[in-house]
Amino acid sequence: MLDERYTLAYELYPYERSPDQDKDEATRHPVVVMGGGPIGIGMALDLGLQGIPVVVLDDHAGVGMGSRAICFSKRCLEIADRYGCGEPMLEKGVVWNLGKVFHKDHKVFEFNLLPEEGHKFPAFINMQQPYYESFQIERLRELQAQGAPIEIRGKNRVDGVEVHGDHVVISVMTPDGPYKLEADWLIGADGASSPLRNMLDLDFTGKVFQDSFLIADIKITDDVEFPTERWFWFEPSHGSGASTLLHKQPDDVWRVDFQIGWDVDRKEEMKEENIRRRLDAFLGGVKYDMVWSSIYTFQCKRMESFRSGRVLFTGDAAHQVSPFGARGANSGMQDVDNLGWKLGLVVNGVADDNLLDTYNDERVHGADENIMNSTRSTDFITPKSAQSRIFRDAVLALSNDYEFARPLVNSGRLSVPCTYDGSSLNSADGLSGPERTRPGSPCPDAQLNDGFLLNRLGNDFVLLCINTNGPHELEECGVNVRTVNISTSDDPQGALAERYLGEATSAVYLIRPDQHVAARREIYNENLVRAEIRRAIGKE
Amino acid sequence: MTELTLTANIDVPDDFYADLIDAHESLSKEESDALNARLILILANHVGNRAILKQALDAASLQKGG
Repeated sequence: MLDERYTLAYELYPYERSPDQDKDEATRHPVVVMGGGPIGIGMALDLGLQGIPVVVLDDHAGVGMGSRAICFSKRCLEIADRYGCGEPMLEKGVVWNLGKVFHKDHKVFEFNLLPEEGHKFPAFINMQQPYYESFQIERLRELQAQGAPIEIRGKNRVDGVEVHGDHVVISVMTPDGPYKLEADWLIGADGASSPLRNMLDLDFTGKVFQDSFLIADIKITDDVEFPTERWFWFEPSHGSGASTLLHKQPDDVWRVDFQIGWDVDRKEEMKEENIRRRLDAFLGGVKYDMVWSSIYTFQCKRMESFRSGRVLFTGDAAHQVSPFGARGANSGMQDVDNLGWKLGLVVNGVADDNLLDTYNDERVHGADENIMNSTRSTDFITPKSAQSRIFRDAVLALSNDYEFARPLVNSGRLSVPCTYDGSSLNSADGLSGPERTRPGSPCPDAQLNDGFLLNRLGNDFVLLCINTNGPHELEECGVNVRTVNISTSDDPQGALAERYLGEATSAVYLIRPDQHVAARREIYNENLVRAEIRRAIGKE
Repeated sequence: MTELTLTANIDVPDDFYADLIDAHESLSKEESDALNARLILILANHVGNRAILKQALDAASLQKGG
């Protein structure tokens, strides 16, 4: 009745009968989330922190097996930190900065992510996805214990939805049989093959790439040390794949990723002896244990709209990208970061539901950027025409000797957060400040004397006042804005001035709960700031 | 002294590369070769300087220090 679609790494929320199942009438909940992966749980954390009741339905009872997403970006970790689970991730993850690119076995060049000073989180950490999810669930349990209205129901599979003008009726299957519940808002976080998307017969269009990749996670048992770097081979001479990627994870596990072509016999390729044949060719005589393996193909697709009335789609359910660039889970977390506060304001009656259309506008913009970058990487890694391959090989051949060709080598453009340029929630830029903090930008972190800037922002609207003072209290249209006054005497590295002032001597930033800049100007002006707040919640 | 530029000089290289590949989309081998030939001649004319063009020919032949 309830099939196991995958094996669990950890059973974290076993099935428990809910009182909703014993009621004659379906219980109405403000928000129901379909899917208990990193994006669904992220959504629950965001809403729970705001005190918005949320029910997560997952057809499994915990975290799935397998490393899957392994590269978590700075922005993704900053969001996790806003939810209160970023630090254990940083502690567990492997930090890397150096990447090397090889062509036919010789190194053509290396790159350094060149960590900028004054950030709590590095550009990336590598960590198996089950760890990411476990830290989220741990935090969710902690919030529940503190009274946050979050519920997670394992072994609750959504079998049908009926969308009405002001609510959704959801049919759920459990080990005890079916029941119904209702939601004012339903969030689809049910992954790339989204059953919800199919139930509503919504489109998902884009490109399918004709190639497959074999992932093998291995634990080296020999006394061989590989460096903590990202190594990428184009056409390695060992012939075990058309391209190969080697990347370190915690627990001394290495991710090896072979490009193995389109017309492969999956069953045959997944046999341990055949995986070992490729690994042996690649690793020479090194001894290793196999931890996990999988074959994947991918597509770059998105839904036409991430909002369908009372239903909103997030993460892979809304958009799918190739894995090159680590833009999957990382962009999904940016979806919930964007949607959470907007949905909170709508549920609380502070904002009108048209604010949710800006979730679609802003995140479609993000998805298109991610799809474009990951499509380009894929076209470079797996050229789709003879001519494309000729240029690819020419770039690689030149990049060995000539620096100019190296920026053209594309083995993945790593995920950076999207700036919501042109969003209707932004106010005109009122400061001749740095480009990187223009309205729409995600706030860059900065080291202060005592902690980090981002930890002082987030979760609510903030007026960040630098070298000038803001109001003690400010409330507009039901939105309470918290003032954070900081002077550049609290700027040990000069990062705050460099990232937020530029040539200006003072600045007042209106910052959204997702730590994106809504507006900025040189000094506080009550009337203008009130208008900016209204605009930022879709009321101007 | 005229030197061939061999350090990165293209504005938004990923955009340029995508345009280049797009220009060849759905062309036959002959058509692609002809497009490349025309492109080389156009760019060579833009460069103009024979000494630099000679250095470019050497660099493309993967002869270092030409």
